[in-house]
Amino acid sequence: MSLGDSASPLGKVRGIGSAEEGGGHWISERVTSIALIILGVWLVVSLLLLPDLNLPTVREWLGAPSGAIPMTLLVIISFVHGLDGMKVVVDDYVHETGNNFALNLILLFLAIGGASIALFALARIAFGGNA
Amino acid sequence: MAITNERPLSPHLSIWRWGPHMLVSILHRVTGAGLTILGLAVLTWWLAAAAEGGESYETFLGFATAPFGLLILVGLTWAFYQHLLSGIRHLAMDSGAAFELTTNRRFAILTIVGSVVLTALTWAAFLGVFE
Repeated sequence: MSLGDSASPLGKVRGIGSAEEGGGHWISERVTSIALIILGVWLVVSLLLLPDLNLPTVREWLGAPSGAIPMTLLVIISFVHGLDGMKVVVDDYVHETGNNFALNLILLFLAIGGASIALFALARIAFGGNA
Repeated sequence: MAITNERPLSPHLSIWRWGPHMLVSILHRVTGAGLTILGLAVLTWWLAAAAEGGESYETFLGFATAPFGLLILVGLTWAFYQHLLSGIRHLAMDSGAAFELTTNRRFAILTIVGSVVLTALTWAAFLGVFE
């Protein structure tokens, strides 16, 4: 062990045990999943109620608070939930520390980047003034 | 003594006879990963195209109405319902319920049947079959 034999028993186990963050991650997955039941059903019902999916219809729908606010929540929460879930999959199958770190970092950047693109698009639709 | 990543691993995937519960468990992962990577990409593309307007939105609509695009959208719809239903099943199981063999099996089968039926109903409604 790199710590050497002079390390105390407590010192030896520190750093190779639980990170003590698993509980928060587990709860985050569940809380976001419950939110996504509501928002997912909202999305399907909204899409079915729209007369068509042409540009003016979609912009009117997402430009009003009744469409923009749930869609903003859907984007944020589904990116958080998707990242939570992908982390579980990566941690289950990619055990080598460096690869695991790299893959989780890539997924984190993709999630934040993707969410930013989607949120900026929603802001443009709501505030851009393009008719 | 060097720290290694060699942890004891009990046999899991290879020793069980396949049943609906196992299928639904792995489908939950597959659909979750699919919805995260492909689903959020399509959602982000759609919102960005709607914000950009003009040719960008035409390009998106062209993809969404082409046979390959429709196949992806129908697949995502099924993945959404399968993940939704098995997610609700997991939330119930998190409370300690539905671990009895017959109940567990029944709910697993219900998620598979339910996701196919809901996908068919959604697309029938979307394509105006009920009007």
